Amino acid sequence: MAWQWFHRLGSPRWFYEKTQPWLAWLALLTLVLLVVGSTWALGFAPVEAKQGNSYRIIYIHVPASFLALAGYYIMAVSGAVGLIWKMKLPYMVMKSAAPIGAALTFVALITGSIWGKPTWGTWWEWDARITSMLLLLFLYLGIIALQQAFHSRDTADKASAILALVGTVNIPIIYKSVDWWYTLHQPATLKFIGESAIHSSMLYPLLVMIAGFYCFYALALLLYTRAEILRREHRTQWVADLVGKFAKGVQ
Amino acid sequence: MSFQFESVASFIAMNGHGSFVWAAYGITFAVLAYLLISPLLQQRQFFRTQKRLMRIARK
Repeated sequence: MAWQWFHRLGSPRWFYEKTQPWLAWLALLTLVLLVVGSTWALGFAPVEAKQGNSYRIIYIHVPASFLALAGYYIMAVSGAVGLIWKMKLPYMVMKSAAPIGAALTFVALITGSIWGKPTWGTWWEWDARITSMLLLLFLYLGIIALQQAFHSRDTADKASAILALVGTVNIPIIYKSVDWWYTLHQPATLKFIGESAIHSSMLYPLLVMIAGFYCFYALALLLYTRAEILRREHRTQWVADLVGKFAKGVQ
Repeated sequence: MSFQFESVASFIAMNGHGSFVWAAYGITFAVLAYLLISPLLQQRQFFRTQKRLMRIARK
């Protein structure tokens, strides 16, 4: 009995039907948080003494970087669950996490580059943090490529899961890079233990933006996973019923 | 907490940093929008294809 929820969670149909009512709420929450956060960040947070207004890029750069890393964990853990328990759904989540993670890593790199120009006087530097983030982007792209490289669905999933797990080595390197190689990138703004290096008037909009990006990530992952579920389960009766409803114009 | 700029023009200019800030925000929100629209289009495409296949199968 205790394991029943776990097996249900592994059922693509159960997941597809359960997450349906969450989508609208999650979309609304994401929209409110991102609109409030951006307005606060762009217009109401005080100007930074040294960097001026260019620092306002932090409000998208830090949340995007957070999710780029958190998304990698989600992808690797899903891959591991798929490998260990041989479930279908975790592999679908893993595949869905790859394009979202790649896009967010791209956003982190591009906003960092745009921020670097007025602050450091350069678009790009082979600094430890930047280089390890670029490696993260290549890992995500590698997963996307592996997914398409095999004819067998099962082989593609297993190979991707193994690459994702091997790539987790890069994550602590990214976190620690600003401390180990103190070069150009500034140290972490937010700390889990101790005081953050940021005043509360600048911190609160950042927290709103991080919450907004987390909600956005959850929404995007659900949407990608649902589309993937339909494609992989297209031979099942319940998907055929959904198509039937769609054909009648119900959906 | 108050609005940090005297006018809309100075809000857009951001003391010379406007182009950097607005470009960064513009690119970010374009990518976020793409990440939501893309799976929705995939889903719609799936239903359309399956509907067509269903019709062919019936004939």
